Amino acid sequence: MPDFLEIAALSKSFGGVAANVAISFSVREGEILGLIGPNGAGKTSLFNSISGEITPDAGEIRLAGEKISGRGPGAAMRAGIARTFQVVRSFESMTVLENVMVGAFLHTRRPRAAAQAARAVIDFAGLADLADAPAATLTPPAKRRLEIARALATRPRLLLLDETLTGLTPTEARAGVELIRAVRARGITVIMVEHVMEILLPLIDRAVVLHLGRVLTIGTPAEVVRDPATIRAYLGERYAPS
Amino acid sequence: MPPSEAGTAIARRRRLELSAGLVLLAALALLGLPIHDVYTQNLLIIALLYAGLAQGWNILGGYCGQVSLGHALYFGIGAYVSTLLFVRLGVPPGLGMFAAGGVAGAAALLVGWPAFRLSGHYYAIATLVVGEIGYLLFLNWDLLGGASGITIPFKAESLIDLQFRTSKLPFFYLTLAYAALAWTLAWLLEGSRLGFVWRAVRDDMVAARSLGVEILPSKLAAAAISGGLTGMGGAIYAQYVGYIDPDSVMTIEISILIALPAVIGGVGTLWGPLLGAAVQVPISELTRSYLGGSGSGVDLMIYGGLIMLVALARPEGLFGLIAGKRRIDAGFS
Amino acid sequence: MTPALVMQVALGGLLMGLIYALVAAGLSLIFGLMDVVNFAHGELLMLAMYATFFIHRGFGLDPIVQLPIIALLLFGMGVVIYHGLIARALSVRFNRGMVQIFSTFGLAIFLRGAAQFAFGGDFRAINHSWLAGRTLRLATLSLPLPQLAAGLVCLLAFAALMAISRTEFGRALEATREDREAVALIGIDRDRIFALGWGLGCATVGCAGAMLAGFYYVSPDVGANFALIAYVTVALGGFGSLLGALVAGLIIGEVEALTALFLEPSLKQVGMFAIYLAVLLFRPRGLFGTL
Repeated sequence: MPDFLEIAALSKSFGGVAANVAISFSVREGEILGLIGPNGAGKTSLFNSISGEITPDAGEIRLAGEKISGRGPGAAMRAGIARTFQVVRSFESMTVLENVMVGAFLHTRRPRAAAQAARAVIDFAGLADLADAPAATLTPPAKRRLEIARALATRPRLLLLDETLTGLTPTEARAGVELIRAVRARGITVIMVEHVMEILLPLIDRAVVLHLGRVLTIGTPAEVVRDPATIRAYLGERYAPS
Repeated sequence: MPPSEAGTAIARRRRLELSAGLVLLAALALLGLPIHDVYTQNLLIIALLYAGLAQGWNILGGYCGQVSLGHALYFGIGAYVSTLLFVRLGVPPGLGMFAAGGVAGAAALLVGWPAFRLSGHYYAIATLVVGEIGYLLFLNWDLLGGASGITIPFKAESLIDLQFRTSKLPFFYLTLAYAALAWTLAWLLEGSRLGFVWRAVRDDMVAARSLGVEILPSKLAAAAISGGLTGMGGAIYAQYVGYIDPDSVMTIEISILIALPAVIGGVGTLWGPLLGAAVQVPISELTRSYLGGSGSGVDLMIYGGLIMLVALARPEGLFGLIAGKRRIDAGFS
Repeated sequence: MTPALVMQVALGGLLMGLIYALVAAGLSLIFGLMDVVNFAHGELLMLAMYATFFIHRGFGLDPIVQLPIIALLLFGMGVVIYHGLIARALSVRFNRGMVQIFSTFGLAIFLRGAAQFAFGGDFRAINHSWLAGRTLRLATLSLPLPQLAAGLVCLLAFAALMAISRTEFGRALEATREDREAVALIGIDRDRIFALGWGLGCATVGCAGAMLAGFYYVSPDVGANFALIAYVTVALGGFGSLLGALVAGLIIGEVEALTALFLEPSLKQVGMFAIYLAVLLFRPRGLFGTL
């Protein structure tokens, strides 16, 4: 049985600069995977390759055995991949409900059905009180929540979260973690790019550490934290165990 | 707010809008009867025509966010198609205007196909240039009348031929029906899947694409509907005026006048184009009669000034002035 | 149709093309800097032409002498337009693209109306400048001096623009274009750069206008024609590319002249339009552009 998401020897360069080099790893269905690494490690380009925004130069990405790399965002979406963005993008002129309905319209043509589906997702995501609020009036954490809700409305199998928890207060971050756990409990696989280790490590099942475009380590949070190469990459030679 | 009630505010608003629209329609229909002054009738007819044209423009430019500065192309194509069908082939414009809309809509698709690959400003420029290309084409195409244009001979008072000489009243009801059609179409689309998709494309194309929205087809749909409505208006105009030439139906000035009511009244709103037309047409009449005629530049200064004012101070337009405060405050707390 | 006639026309096309190139350069500069298309570009050209005309009529100053004055005047206008209009348009929260389009588009309409109102619709022309009516004879060719001077000035202006792009200001312009957010961190005042960029773009079109007034008629609608040509030129050359503006301007000028000769004058825009459609369909980013 193939792994849920397989990334095989993926490489991508931009104008001579190698963003991803021979990246290979797999993601199991229903797990929460953390994608970590210092700035410039290639996390965002990897994300963009998975979600179809960019086409890798070499290698393949397969979802449940079916190749999805290089086929564009539409194909990725239809295969069941949804994502959020690092800089929150909401439809400012529309209400929260209308925002989420746009996602729901992937599976239905009728506004009433879309509204119903959207309402359910909004409740799940804890945005019920703000359903009729214009998205422009939302606070940043609420907008992040909205982005997740919108992505969930497309009924994904795999959810890519791009720095969703960055810059939140501890309370907000805790609420975010709860939501992500609830998403996984629904059977959705999650890959998260994150910088805030204290929040991420307790949440994820496994971590993939990227450095300078390559995979450095793969393992459980506990393993990764003790891995000498990872420590060296993050904190420099001084802290590496000899 | 209990979850099951979320969104009923929207449903309620839409019902209200529809009722308001019907009331307005009835009021205007009754208003037309006692007015016999030809000058006022003409004013109303032109205002209603522009209300419909602007609403058509609004569908592409307002809801879908694709600013077209060359909509006169579709207006002109509609006028020419209907006129040529009538004058050369005897097809009554009552039917011909639908063909006019169809051809204009097809032209919009043809233009949109390459042009929609371009982002905002580039697209606007493309529509501007294509509009000029259309003008040049029709100006030099002698088979279609060229610079001399086409005169529509009056054959007989006829409903299906859209020819009325004894009174302007039928034209009033015709343009009222046209404006009502445009408004109703906009109202329907606003609540449909397309309406949502358009606004998503307008607000953030990248996010829309990431949610599985097919960008190009949705833009093309907007273009076709918008072009079609505009073309229909062109056909009606041709019958009303009785003469068309490139200078009267295909210039950049016409493109401006078509887009202007929507911009002033509020792009992307249901009532904006109506409000805008109600403001714009009296202004152009006033400047024509009192401030030195349409060549004096005063009308252009007013239009330009209003556009700038609206763009910077109140992008929601006149409609925003009236309803704006309520929209933003509602639902926040 | 003698070879001499064709050469004559071709040369005239090149000279006109230089003017188109300079007008396009101003447009391209502003666009490359801040992603704003100045829909009032043609009207600013028109105003520069009127200014040249009236200063010539009032003070007898030849257009060539007026160059620094007109350039300065239009520079100032550009800065004022930026602060009064564009800065506000850039800070709008939603629908920014549409607001940007309409703010300059509204300005264009306003300026056109204002010119009609203030100056009337009559065509004006400068008939008694130093160079008016004089030609340079080269073998079988006769080159009108005003056009020749205009072409020369445009080349010089391009050289000046290239030189400016190498100065610190030019590099600041480039940096601001590359990453508008980051430049604030290294102390570049984005607002000031944008205002100066607008000033420069408008000064450029001012120079073109001053020279154009030497041999072209002046009217409130003249700007619209040149604006259209400028859009096509920038589309061909590539938005944001100075070199592209130069090359494309020459091409468009040439194509227009030859089309007028081989088809007929009233159809002179056909060649240009054909090029635009080709660019639109096959190479949207133009010759040197990065879309």
